[in-house]
Amino acid sequence: MSTTIKLASAVAAAALLSSAALAADKDKPVFGFGSTPTASELQKFTSPLPDGRGLPPGSGSVAQGKVVYQEQCLACHGQKLEGGIGDKLIGGRGSLVNDNPAKAPVKTVESYWPYATTLFDYVKRAMPLLAPGSLTDDQVYAVTAYILSEAKIVAPDAVLDAGSLAKVVMPNRDGFIPDPRPEKFPSATNSPHQDMKIAAPAK
Amino acid sequence: MEEGKHPADNAGQPESAAGKLIAAEERLLAVERNNPASPYFNQGGPPRAGRRKFMLGSMAAAGVAGGLPLNALSAVPLGAVEHEVPADASRVQGYPLDDQSYGSRSQFETEVRARFKTATAQSSWTFTPLDKGCGIITPSGLHFERSHGGTAVIDPATHSVYVHGMVRQPKKFSMADIRRFPSASRIMFIECSGNGLTEWSKPTMKTVQGTHGLTSTSEWTGVPLSTILNEAGVKGGAKWLLAEGGDAAAMTRSIPLEKALKDCFLAYGQNGEAIRPEQGYPLRLIVPGFEGNMNIKWLRRLEISDVPFMTREETSKYTDLRPSGKAVQFSFEMEAKSVITSPSGEMMLDEPGFHEITGIAWSGRGRIKRVDISVDGGQTWNAAALQGPVLPICHTRFRFPWMWDGKDAILQSRCVDETGYVQPTLGQVIALRGLDGPLGSIYHLNAIQSWAVATDGKVSNVHHY
Repeated sequence: MSTTIKLASAVAAAALLSSAALAADKDKPVFGFGSTPTASELQKFTSPLPDGRGLPPGSGSVAQGKVVYQEQCLACHGQKLEGGIGDKLIGGRGSLVNDNPAKAPVKTVESYWPYATTLFDYVKRAMPLLAPGSLTDDQVYAVTAYILSEAKIVAPDAVLDAGSLAKVVMPNRDGFIPDPRPEKFPSATNSPHQDMKIAAPAK
Repeated sequence: MEEGKHPADNAGQPESAAGKLIAAEERLLAVERNNPASPYFNQGGPPRAGRRKFMLGSMAAAGVAGGLPLNALSAVPLGAVEHEVPADASRVQGYPLDDQSYGSRSQFETEVRARFKTATAQSSWTFTPLDKGCGIITPSGLHFERSHGGTAVIDPATHSVYVHGMVRQPKKFSMADIRRFPSASRIMFIECSGNGLTEWSKPTMKTVQGTHGLTSTSEWTGVPLSTILNEAGVKGGAKWLLAEGGDAAAMTRSIPLEKALKDCFLAYGQNGEAIRPEQGYPLRLIVPGFEGNMNIKWLRRLEISDVPFMTREETSKYTDLRPSGKAVQFSFEMEAKSVITSPSGEMMLDEPGFHEITGIAWSGRGRIKRVDISVDGGQTWNAAALQGPVLPICHTRFRFPWMWDGKDAILQSRCVDETGYVQPTLGQVIALRGLDGPLGSIYHLNAIQSWAVATDGKVSNVHHY
């Protein structure tokens, strides 16, 4: 197989395949194992989409979020969201365009994350480290608002809910491209590094 | 790992992650260098001829004395039981068979996984010791680990898997339900796309365990995902599937529905027994040929959608940032890659003459078609023998007979997969993808590995391209 899954073609191909799968459903036996989950069982799970579908009710302000942050997040992510055991959350804008092998880009919520819904989703499911999944939806909206405010993406008096969170435009929203692989490499004999001497062994 | 720094930059500082890993690697090597039976045996100075005699002599002496030296890190190697070693095993009864036993490995075998010393031991990874591996299967207990919230402990009797979203009938399956469906098995590699991330700009880890140990092969057994989705009935317009783990990280990735229906499956078996806890017990999603992170462990939920969910792990992580400032997203396939596992970094060749060069090659796009070996830094190449059967999306063992003339040499392997893709040099990769920081684009480094052999027999990790 020499094709690669590019975003556009993947969408088209998957559309074709899912209709094919639907057709195949008629032929494929249904075993009928398992049961039907209740609505309340499924409500335990939250996985919002970038357009806001799946976000739960509730809301939270930047000010409320600052309290949540200081109680729940600061120990790992730092007083100024500068990181520690946990990732650095803000800063790094302008560092992504970088051709310097000695200096790494600074990837944070502010500089790199393309969707604000992802922040809600991740905090809701996996944070804080020692009690994942323990924050209420209001607390998650609030702390999301606080981080986005410190990142200068929403106003200091912002209140976020399902509607307003999905409307937040992140600075790196258009920073992603489809997979270009498999790649066509330049000939090895024409490699610009072909005449390099052996680098020093690992010290 | 801390963003923005090469992991080796703080290697001298014991508190840095890579510094700790390099220190740990050095401690293991210190033990190996004192063990005459180890390929890393090195007493300083040129060992050359005579080492073998010394080795046999020391083994005999140790045998007479009642025991070979064990792993100095612990009295008995992990996974082993210590037994008294007789001078001649044919003259005394061995230890009794015990049919209650799970079994253990020899007390003389010491290889273990090594953990990358990340900030927490819960979001971390461990490397498979590829250096002493043989054949294509990774022992279950040595399969590499990458977890983001520790190893979840889940009772299969109470575990459920939910299927919902764009389906005609949401479903809930117990593990007993899952095991009722027709099953299938597949011998297949899983590789973390971060495998080798320390090696972009300079040779950093010393051993092949550190440079390439985030790939492993197991036989996985379970139920085709298409069977499970057919029970729920996927609605028209659905294009993506979210898989979620039941661990503390609630690891989630979006997978194209096309891939899900093509060859994904839910595995409860690994190498003939239940899947290991650190591999996702009781149930793991297997996404053949795609980056390891997508093979969601401790699987608890599948949600069908029309668009990708854009989770943290497919936006802020596992995306490949290039010098342009744009990041490649949904870089799923693990490209063809190979590495010589012996001789490899820090081993000592005891004398000139015959040495078998062996290693593994693999491709997420299908079968390995050929592997070529160079002993002169890529100037000339010769085909290695491939161990059959060669399976698609699976470690493929290669072997190559080498007569070492005692001079400087640079050993390299280069594989070609059935699509015709040729494993690139590091120079080719960097020419195309750039090097935007010490770790480059972090993920999906699949370049040719170089091992330098010095005239004293010492093997070292080098960059040569």
